[in-house]
Amino acid sequence: MSEARNHRAPRQRAAFDHVELILTTTSHGRTLGRVPGPIQSVERAAAILRLLGGAGRPLALAELAAALDLPRPTVHGLVRTLREEGLVDQDRATSHYRPGAGLRRLGTGWDRHDLRARAMNWADALAGSSGCAVFLAVPDLAAAIVVHHVFRPDGSPQTLRTNTEQPLHATAWGKCLLAFAPVATPAPRELELRRYTGRTATTVVMLEAQLAGARSRGMATDVGEYEAGVGGAAVPLRSGGGLTVAALGIAAPVEDLFGGGGEPRRAQAEQLQHAGREISAQLGSLR
Amino acid sequence: MSERHGRSVGVSESAVRSSGGGVRERVVAAIDQGTTSTRCLLFTRSGRMLAVAQREHRQHYPESGRVEHDAEEIWRNVARVVPEALKRAGLGPENIVALGIANQRETTLVWNRHTGVPLARAITWQDTRTGSIVADLVEQGLTDLYSATSGFGPAAYFAGPRLRWLLDNVPGAREGAEAGDVLFGTMESWLIWRLTGGPGGSGGPPGVHVTDVTNASRTMMMDLRTLEWSPKLLETLDVPERMLPEIRSNAEVYGVCSEVLPGVPVAGALGDQQAALVGQTCFSPGEVKCTYGTGAFLLKNTGSRIGGSAQGLIPTVGYLMGDTPVYALEGSIAVTGSLVQWFRDSLGMIGTAAQIETLAMTVPDNGGCYVVPAFSGLYAPHWQPDARGVIVGLTSYITRGHLARAVLEATAWQTREVVDAMNAESGIPVSRLKADGGMTADHLLMQYVADVLDVPVERPLGSEAVSLGAAYAAGLAVGHWPDAEVLRANWHRAARWEPSMDPAVRERERENWTRAVLRSYGWAR
Repeated sequence: MSEARNHRAPRQRAAFDHVELILTTTSHGRTLGRVPGPIQSVERAAAILRLLGGAGRPLALAELAAALDLPRPTVHGLVRTLREEGLVDQDRATSHYRPGAGLRRLGTGWDRHDLRARAMNWADALAGSSGCAVFLAVPDLAAAIVVHHVFRPDGSPQTLRTNTEQPLHATAWGKCLLAFAPVATPAPRELELRRYTGRTATTVVMLEAQLAGARSRGMATDVGEYEAGVGGAAVPLRSGGGLTVAALGIAAPVEDLFGGGGEPRRAQAEQLQHAGREISAQLGSLR
Repeated sequence: MSERHGRSVGVSESAVRSSGGGVRERVVAAIDQGTTSTRCLLFTRSGRMLAVAQREHRQHYPESGRVEHDAEEIWRNVARVVPEALKRAGLGPENIVALGIANQRETTLVWNRHTGVPLARAITWQDTRTGSIVADLVEQGLTDLYSATSGFGPAAYFAGPRLRWLLDNVPGAREGAEAGDVLFGTMESWLIWRLTGGPGGSGGPPGVHVTDVTNASRTMMMDLRTLEWSPKLLETLDVPERMLPEIRSNAEVYGVCSEVLPGVPVAGALGDQQAALVGQTCFSPGEVKCTYGTGAFLLKNTGSRIGGSAQGLIPTVGYLMGDTPVYALEGSIAVTGSLVQWFRDSLGMIGTAAQIETLAMTVPDNGGCYVVPAFSGLYAPHWQPDARGVIVGLTSYITRGHLARAVLEATAWQTREVVDAMNAESGIPVSRLKADGGMTADHLLMQYVADVLDVPVERPLGSEAVSLGAAYAAGLAVGHWPDAEVLRANWHRAARWEPSMDPAVRERERENWTRAVLRSYGWAR
């Protein structure tokens, strides 16, 4: 179900863009250089959320339609979309609607321990298949916080890094968050670009180039930029609607993770991307 | 366990995935017949899970204190989840070298050997209806006989009294048993009998009627030394021996499937907690595993020695693979994960179980507050049926965050009590705890367990120790793995929590916890 939803998300966005285009072209004649006016369906969706939030009890579709003075099919389309985004919940027994769990996450994002719980099985599988350590990180002010860490399965002594702060500009997961969660992280020019190794990006230009590369590749990398000799690669974890909420990364000696051309090895990159998609599907699932 | 090993694991994994049912892939299947669901898992030679399928079954509560399962529903679920798991992995029965079973222990069933139909629903391990049968055995002065033979005194926790209840209360059960028409089994017996032919007919031979030493050791009817049914105990329980399954080792070919996985040998069976001991590769005396679920179960390998029950622990068979049994000492804790569920569902303090860690991290310590979750008395090592839960140390300073800490700490201190009892029993302190189960997702809790035990806590890669143990037993039986030592190389450390608590703080907290526990005693009337 969640997989199907992920496939639908881009189409939904396309549909909204289409609506916006129609609205702007019909009301203004031209789209170029114009600020579009208010979008009716967004206004209506906001009204539904206000109604549900203020009602103090679940509301039936008929009540919503009456309160908004709109046809029931129109309200149903809106409320169904809100439900798929997790902003509205529907009671199974009565079919009535109430504010969704997703609303509580609006201010704070995902609870980091919920993230870990949902990612844990896939993180273990990724460590097993890739032979790498696995990290799950979220943005927190000017750093990446490690939310989950699975040891590299090679029997070597390792220290658990859960709850440690790591630099955004020098780790794969940090750069992944900079590249894919630009609202939740500072802009590169606001960061203190401290040098950790000879390979750390210490200028805004260098960092911006790396982030552009990460965006085009869908994956951020670290070729020994935080700890000499230790490499990393990371992909974004996206919740409903495509919002990046965390970075999933693997870490291993640079020569194990990267081929001659400086690109991550294909097998491990694919395993990482596969796990990222599976965990994202878990995060997009309706609950 | 070289660096290279981890990568070769990855290669073999992708080979299996891409082969899409290549006849040369050899994997082991495990059935985990649990309290709420039945699952089938497939494992590679390196112990990695390839696929899993799961179905829940109904819980029947005919009256207070009674919990039953429909054994035919469970059998139907087995017949569904096995093909589902194969399909997910893109494999067929020809790829399965052996099948192992891990099961909920002490759940008791009687069925007709000619029709395959159960005479009643299975009485589960949570069911407390046998209190009066047990009290009667104690009144007859049989406690010492049971302790000396089965390893522990009469208790409603075990299967034997449930069988007695069925014989006394289900019409036709006793007559059928005496005539040889009615069979007894715990869940692994039932499933092995069904898989290997059931009632027979249509040309096929009937199923084999066997149990394994670990499940048999939880019946209160087996002699822990001879690993055979004890005639004396059967006599005092008034159970006809001819209805009992033959007791076999944990790793041997019991029979070949005629259903579900035609042609595949059924080659391993263990009670779930013993299966986790094997899955965690606790093969050396002194090694301890703890499975954290709704409750928690600690099992310590005691080697060839049968442990003592004086500390409130239960001596049991760890496993028998080959000729020499390995014994284990078990300490069970009734309420661990279920306390977090209660905190979530009954108090509404958190939205999900995982969020208790977030809430607990809003404060640096418990603020002097302790929760003793003696919801239905206390298990090991106290065994206080009249204890009830208490929250102590409340002041106006206490917030939700402090309560969240106290809830998590309760699991850690209960673990400490069982480990202390194990240390006192053997005189050799536990030096490391291998943890598994859902609560290992809570890093704050795992750190606190390490802190209060003052030993490192480790989590293995993959959280399926129970199913893996069943797969290991089956794979060993058919030579898929040469010996248990090879399996140790499959155990990979996914995380390790080092103790870091100031000893003075640990001692102060231990004293406070102990005082809180004493306040829970004797509340129920």
